[in-house]
Amino acid sequence: MTRLVILGLIMLAGCSGTRSSGTVVVVGSKKFTESVILAEMGARLARESGVEARRDDLGGTPALWLALTQGDIQAYPEYTGTITRQILKQDPPDLAAALAVHGIRMSKPLGFRNNYALGMRKDIAASLSIRTISDLRSHPNLRLGFIHEFLDRPDGWPGVKRHYGLPQRNVQGMNHTLAYRALVEKAIDLTEVYTTDGEIAQYDLLVLEDDRQFFPAYEAVWLYRAELEEQHPAVVAQLRRLEGKISEADMQRMNARVQEEKADEAQVAGEFLNQSLTVSVESADGSLARRLRETTIEHLWLLVPSLLAAVIVSVPLGVLAFRRPTLGRFVLGATGVLQTIPSLALLLFMIPVMKFLLDRGTGTAPAVAALFLYSLLPIVRNTYAGLKGIPHSLRESADALGLSRWAILWQIELPLATPTILAGVKTAAVINVGTATLGGFIGAGGYGRPILRGIDKFDIPLMLEGAIPAALMALVLEAIFDLAERLFVRK
Amino acid sequence: MFSIQGATKSFAGQAALGPITIDIQSGQTTVLIGPSGCGKSTLLRLLIGLVQPDVGSVLFEGTPVTQANAREVRHRTGYVIQDGGLFPHLTARGNVSLLPRHLGWDRVRIDSRVAELTALTRLPADNLDRFPHQLSGGQRQRVGLMRALMLNPDALLLDEPLGALDPLVRADLQVDLRAIFQSLGKTVVLVTHDLAEAMFFADRIVLLRNGQIVQEGPPADFWHRPADPFVTRFVQAQRGPQITVEAA
Repeated sequence: MTRLVILGLIMLAGCSGTRSSGTVVVVGSKKFTESVILAEMGARLARESGVEARRDDLGGTPALWLALTQGDIQAYPEYTGTITRQILKQDPPDLAAALAVHGIRMSKPLGFRNNYALGMRKDIAASLSIRTISDLRSHPNLRLGFIHEFLDRPDGWPGVKRHYGLPQRNVQGMNHTLAYRALVEKAIDLTEVYTTDGEIAQYDLLVLEDDRQFFPAYEAVWLYRAELEEQHPAVVAQLRRLEGKISEADMQRMNARVQEEKADEAQVAGEFLNQSLTVSVESADGSLARRLRETTIEHLWLLVPSLLAAVIVSVPLGVLAFRRPTLGRFVLGATGVLQTIPSLALLLFMIPVMKFLLDRGTGTAPAVAALFLYSLLPIVRNTYAGLKGIPHSLRESADALGLSRWAILWQIELPLATPTILAGVKTAAVINVGTATLGGFIGAGGYGRPILRGIDKFDIPLMLEGAIPAALMALVLEAIFDLAERLFVRK
Repeated sequence: MFSIQGATKSFAGQAALGPITIDIQSGQTTVLIGPSGCGKSTLLRLLIGLVQPDVGSVLFEGTPVTQANAREVRHRTGYVIQDGGLFPHLTARGNVSLLPRHLGWDRVRIDSRVAELTALTRLPADNLDRFPHQLSGGQRQRVGLMRALMLNPDALLLDEPLGALDPLVRADLQVDLRAIFQSLGKTVVLVTHDLAEAMFFADRIVLLRNGQIVQEGPPADFWHRPADPFVTRFVQAQRGPQITVEAA
């Protein structure tokens, strides 16, 4: 037992040590294909300047902006319309100055625009003679499906609706890829599209004319930290090589390569850089084995530290709960309440908490923290149950021998409770293999990354690339714990 | 050696013992006997502070037994319960050396004491490295006795030590135990509900009923000078099977 705890502390120390050393430029991306491709290009170009760089998928605009201003990421691709309407919520005459207040700088446009627009099936639009957004006013019963972000953004549905005085009430929030499929299968009539989406051509959709000019221009630019330019000007220079280089047609083609042909984003990005900027494409990130090894290591980095920390905290809590029944009810109740928080909510809640505690709001830290909290209940409860299950006669024998309380705990009670405690740790470990995949939502890496990317691209092999190893890892962990039980526990 | 003065104990409002006053003589074997629930085990626990009296006091060599000095009293008192009370995760050797190791004895001293006691309790030497579940009931009881005797205590308390054994093993162990008691000359307090066993061991018998002492004295008194009709009934109830054995 003592040895386990010491091992845990060493590993935790090792963990924090290896993670914080060295300069790594992290290029953030939102959870859609175009952003991933651009971020991948950014990471490649940053590497050209000789630093280590990687891409990190972080979710929606607020998460990216937070991560950028906090310094968790150093750059990410953004659109001018999003900057003015959603991030700054104003249209300042000098955009650069407004961003500089936040310590952020902006590149020149990369070339293409990715405007918001509303799209429909051509046959449905024709039958209702809809051509422009104004035409929608006379069809209040249309079924609308938008991504959640579009539903909330002032430059999204609320703005269009007010600007055009649209009457539709049947509006659902859904994933972008699902919305396209729903549209094609006539489950909805209208969705928001990005003008560079590969699907517009793929499904031959009608993009409604913005006849009263609501949607602003969404020109793609890099946002990066001023600090990055000061410390690594070469990285910024590399990123800016993309200025004016990507046309709308280029972007549509690259999006379609990923969405339709299920090509890897990194590969598509590499090919473009090779052709347009003659950046040599090393075949990194390519093979399945390499990707698997990477996600497996990342997944273990989420699981092992959280589990070890949970054991170190939970076993004493379980002992306390057993020794002090009143306090025990509180401890068991509190860990039980933690368990009822939906895992995704807990994960997101950990972002500001870890920002406050560690100054790192995204990535591994909040995911480890959330998994740690989730592991508490099974281990605390089993420690408590294991101690409670020790027969009274044994406890009295220990007392009658005249051992100290401490010796009774270490020599008698904890060893006797070990099988039950181990079972609790096993439960926590196996559950966390699954829960850790949600870490993909906040850029924690691991098996969640291919799963979430797979869902976004509707790429089933990619989803399985995360799901199957996760299932295998759960089985392997279970086997390891069964073995440990046989080794440690003599009956 | 032990002295209980006007002690009472109740559990969850239910009177379990007392008020009771009794002196346990040094170097003698005192047997506490009585029907189930008469308080004999509670009385035994009072002696080493496993149970605190509600009223009255317990003295060990004239000093009150308190939470603060209970561990010292326990180090000078061996305690054996039914089936040995061995810790299942430790071998026989691990069980008997647990306390001396905790007190900082060195290996040589522990090993020589273990060897002495293995001989005294007539435990087969190869049993030392077995776990309790690999031992028979009688062997477990011998290990339990070794554990109690490790520090060479002044007193030995045994709570129904032979209760879980079958009659033949029990008879063997009774003989061995009595020989050990006699050779060591320690103060022994033994709890049993079996009068024949009590007679076999006792210099002095204390008969309890409903938490009160009904009669105490040498074994013969219980036959010849019963204090009240309950004693007669208790003695006769226990004689029953012996008579049939003799008649057969």
